[in-house]
Formats: sequence, C-alpha cells, structure tokens
Amino acid sequence: MARVLMKGNEAVAEAALRAGADAYYGYPITPQSEIAEYMSREMPLRGRSFLQTESEVATINMVWGAGAAGARVITSSSGPGISLMQEGISYMCAGRVPGVIVDMMRLGPGPGNLQGAQDDYITCVKGGGNGTYKVICLAPATLQEAIQLVSDAFDLADKYTNPVIFLADGMIGQMMEAVDFDLLKTNPPPEKPWALRGRHGGPKKVISAMARGHVNYYAANWENEQSRYPAMEKEVRYEASNLEDAELVFVAYGSSARMAKYAAGKLRGEGVRVGLIRPITLWPFPHAAFDQIGPRCKAVIVPELTIIGQMIEDVQISAAGRWPVFHVGNQQTRPMNPSDVVKAAHEVLGGAK
Amino acid sequence: MAIRYEIDRDMCKGCGLCIVVCPKGLLKVDTEHINSKGYQPTMMTDVSQCIGCGNCGVMCPDGAIRIEKD
Amino acid sequence: MAIICKRSSALNPMQFSYCPGCGHGIITRIVAECLEEMDLIDIAIGVAPVGCSSNIRMFYNVDMLSSMHGRACANATGIKRFHPDAFVFTYQGDGDFGAIGTAESVHAAHRGEKISTIVVNNSVYGMTGGQMAPTTLPGQKTTTSPYGRDVETCGAPLRFAELIAPIEGAKFVARVSIDTPAHVREAKRAVKRAFQCQIEGKGYSMVEFLSTCPTNWGLAPQEAMEWMRENMMPYFKMGIIKDF
Repeated sequence: MARVLMKGNEAVAEAALRAGADAYYGYPITPQSEIAEYMSREMPLRGRSFLQTESEVATINMVWGAGAAGARVITSSSGPGISLMQEGISYMCAGRVPGVIVDMMRLGPGPGNLQGAQDDYITCVKGGGNGTYKVICLAPATLQEAIQLVSDAFDLADKYTNPVIFLADGMIGQMMEAVDFDLLKTNPPPEKPWALRGRHGGPKKVISAMARGHVNYYAANWENEQSRYPAMEKEVRYEASNLEDAELVFVAYGSSARMAKYAAGKLRGEGVRVGLIRPITLWPFPHAAFDQIGPRCKAVIVPELTIIGQMIEDVQISAAGRWPVFHVGNQQTRPMNPSDVVKAAHEVLGGAK
Repeated sequence: MAIRYEIDRDMCKGCGLCIVVCPKGLLKVDTEHINSKGYQPTMMTDVSQCIGCGNCGVMCPDGAIRIEKD
Repeated sequence: MAIICKRSSALNPMQFSYCPGCGHGIITRIVAECLEEMDLIDIAIGVAPVGCSSNIRMFYNVDMLSSMHGRACANATGIKRFHPDAFVFTYQGDGDFGAIGTAESVHAAHRGEKISTIVVNNSVYGMTGGQMAPTTLPGQKTTTSPYGRDVETCGAPLRFAELIAPIEGAKFVARVSIDTPAHVREAKRAVKRAFQCQIEGKGYSMVEFLSTCPTNWGLAPQEAMEWMRENMMPYFKMGIIKDF
C-alpha cells in the first residue's frame, strides 16, 4: 500500500480491520466519530459486523457479549462515553473478556469541549470503574505508531483475556500524517476454548464476573492481583533518550510528547542537556526508565494537556523524591502549546518556579 | 395403567403449589420428615389413585416431580 | 413406558436458589423444557440478568453469559451478531428489562435483533428486598412505596408488552402467567412460538410472564398466585399481542 496520508481516526480503524477486528460497536462522539463512520463503510465490505448503538452503555455491553462469544471486538469513544463504559470495563476485567477500547480524549470533566486534551489518564490508567483491576493502556504519539499499537492491542487483549485501552487525544484522532500499512505487523487470534458459542455436544461454559473456575471473588481477585496483573507488567514499553547526562528530563506521552520533543530540540540548541522519557504503555508505567537518569539532572518536567496534571502523579512516584517534578499544561484560556513547554523549562532552570 | 410417581425430596421446598392443583387431592405435606435443607417436602399419598394428569409437575417451581406411565 | 413429567435435561441437577413457590422456578423450568423440546440445547447461549434469577447461569445446562444489570439485550446483540446460528435468549426481571435496561430492551426490538427475551414481571424488586418496580400496582405497598404506589408522583405501572409490541422490529410479543396448570401450559406454547420466531429469523421476540414473589409480597405461595390473579391480571392483559 506504501505511504498514504490519512486521518488518525481512519488509520486506527483501518489498522483494526487489518488486525482482524470481527466487530465494531460504537456511538458517535467528537472527536472520534470518523472511526465509526469508517467502520460503517468498510466492515460490510469485508464481512465484519458493524453496529451503531443507542448509547455507550449499550456499546460496552455489546463488547462484553461479543468478546465473551470469542470475537475480536473494538469500540471507540471520548471522555463522556468512556465514563459510561466504566462498569463494562470493570466487568471485562472481572470476567476476563478481551476487547479493545479506544479513547480519543477531549477536555473534561462533564461534556467538556471538543479540543484534544489528556483529561482521561486517571480514568483509563487508574481505573474509573469499581473494584481493583489493571488494564494495559497504550499511548501513541504518531499515526505510524498508532496503527501498530492498535494491532498490538488486540494481541495483548487476547493474550491476557483482558480489555486493553488505546489512549490518544483528539489531535491524534484528527491529524493527518503519512502511514505505511506495509509496515504493520498483525497476528491471528489465539484459540479461545472458553468462548461462548453453544455447547455443540461439549460441556457448558459460563462467562460471568466471577472468573472461570473460581468459587469465590476472593480467589478470583487473588489470582488477578497476585499473578495475572503482575504478569502483564512485562509488557511495559517506553522511549527514552539522552537521560545519562540530562540536566532536565521531560516525561510526556501522546501529543504532549510531540511538543516535548520540539521543546527539547529548542533547548538543546540553547545548550541545555535535555532528556526524554515517553511512556508508550501508561500502564504498566515505565518506572524503571527513571533509574537511567544521570546525576546531572536538576528537574523533571511533565507536559500534559491538562491544567493540574494527571500523569504527573505517577511521575512523582517514579521520581521518588530524587528530583523536583513540575507540571506544564493547559493555560488559562487555551491549550498548551510547544512554546509553553520551552518557557516552563526556562523557568525551572532559572529557578523561578 | 401403572403410574410411577416420584418427588425428589431434597429438591422439593414444600411450597405446596402441587397440592392445590392435584384434581384428586393426592398430595400433602410430609409432616413426619424434614429434608436436607430443612423443608418438609410434599408426598404422594396414594399413587393407585393418580390419573397421571401431570398438573403437579407442570406447577412445580423446582422440577422435583417425575411421573412415568406404562 | 411414557414419561408424563420429568426434570428437563436443559437444567443442571442442582436445586434452584429461588424461594419456595417462587414464580421464577416455574418460568426457569418452562424455558428449559422449551429449549430441550425444540432441540436447542447444543446451540443455545443464554444471558442471565442481575436479580433473583442471576443464578440461572448455573441452572441452565447451556452456555451462559452474566449481564450487567439491565443490559442483557445488548449483550445478546453482541453474541447473536457474532454467532448468527446460535440460539440466543435473555431472561430478565421487571427492573432489569424495564427500568435500568429500558433503552437496551427497546433498541433490541427496534433493530429487530433475532433474540428471544423472557421478562418476569412480579411487580417488585425481589433480590434487593422488595422495592418498587416499574410494574408495581397503584396503591401497592413496597419497601420504597410504604404508603402505596402513588400514581401522581411515580406514574402508573409500565406495561412492557404494550411498549414493545408497536415497534416494527418486534415480531412476537405475548403476556402470559403461571398461576394455574392451564396457564403454565399456555405460557409454554407462547415461549415455543417466541423461540420459533428467532429460529425463522423473523426478528425480536418477547414473552412477559406475570409472576409471583411470595417472600416480598408477604404471602404464602398459593396466596401469592391468588393475589397475582386478582390484582395483576386486571391491569396486565394476557394474550398474544403480536404474532409473526
């Protein structure tokens, strides 16, 4: 196919189809409705199942049903819809049902506004649904990375029989970049002997929030929290550069990471030694990357498209008091831009903060 | 005709719905026994009178009744 | 040797967790018998609700999914669209189907999903201790309508069958009851017709059962049947409201 110029939302949808998505359920919400629209056009042509649902509550419940039936199922939404899906995500973790949930974040809380933001980190990464659960959370910064992460999301969901969240923001959903689908690596789904498809002469199967084979919640949760979630931690991914001699380290993901890279370039031009940690999995969070930061580091700055920061809390945990951690983000009347990041670095290094 | 009539005494919860619908009034609560769950199950008093209508089994909320006929 | 009556092979050999004399027991049994008699056991996938009948996931000897409260019709949509040759049914209480689940229920009918829904209407929320349901009768006392349901503030009871029947995608809608052997047999015929609607790929099918909750009504099982007959039947009309 070679390189094509594509809109982020459409690239994500195409990647899902190539990764073998059997079903898409979704409800329109800006800034991701193009995913549903793309699926509505393409899925019937490729023999997959598309349905626009009556709400995000219905959506996540169809994902629960189709996932339990063994399908590779994907849905997409933005903040307000993701709020409605929290019970479903909690259930999918309890019931060990795979599925891919795309959150193209917009500003919150409430309906917020339509501009891209990074306001759902806590909801998606820390878990906005009830109970203790972990969900692998993938965050792309470019469309080429995004299409691979969509495919990886299906593989990880099936590998661990757990939901996986693909966390991007409205800018990534709406931007157009060159993507090369020839570079996309996909894998077929594994066997799913637990899936509901009718007994067909065999024993009956049950999928419920009391995960298979367990006799009580404590036992099911023990297995989740003591072995299944720890096993997922090896899926940690991140990009790290120039940490050894850094005076200043940016930690950023998604669109903020693009701004941080721009700012790093500017600052290096001024002679500042700038390092970068870009988490690609927000959970598992790349705590270990921080051990690579060298002795010259004076501060860590966390650019995020929020006002007080959400990922910054995980950065503070990772920093463990070794360096002061600062936030830079959305301003009083507008979103953060790359100059804000440069300005924050100057303030921090000048000792003004 | 010979009727083989069986109430699974441990499934039965003694709810009495079958007793009411037996057209011959052949069922009653077995006040002499308590089952493993603490219920007094229902019993057939005279199977020779049973006409095999199946009303009891049709009403049973626990699927505790089995009736066979030669 | 003819078998006049036996426990259905679509049921696991375990005691139902329902209260003695609960209408759910009869209804769960009726559905099992229909699955067996129509040869659906091997291809059936059922969706269990939240409520007293959430345990049907254990009782039925078929593949079962537990739903989030009210969402069984959406879950069933996901299953049936991925396995169109499976026989997919939901079994839901009055709150599950017609309070929290109203949107999912209406839209499954709206889309004409080829699934079959059994709704158990006993005019209360049983599992949680007897609170008011959308189908609680005017003046009926429940734990959250201690002075009796006040139509002025709470509305008149919702008639589910009449809500669903006008929807074009709903192809079979019936209301039945289980208070007498004759009505139980009639109910079973209606359930088989609903299942046939799915088998023939016609659209959405639904059977609403008038049922009893002896425990929360504070009545013995037979008294509860009489109460249902005297109070619920005049308000909720029985019969096949829509056929295919």
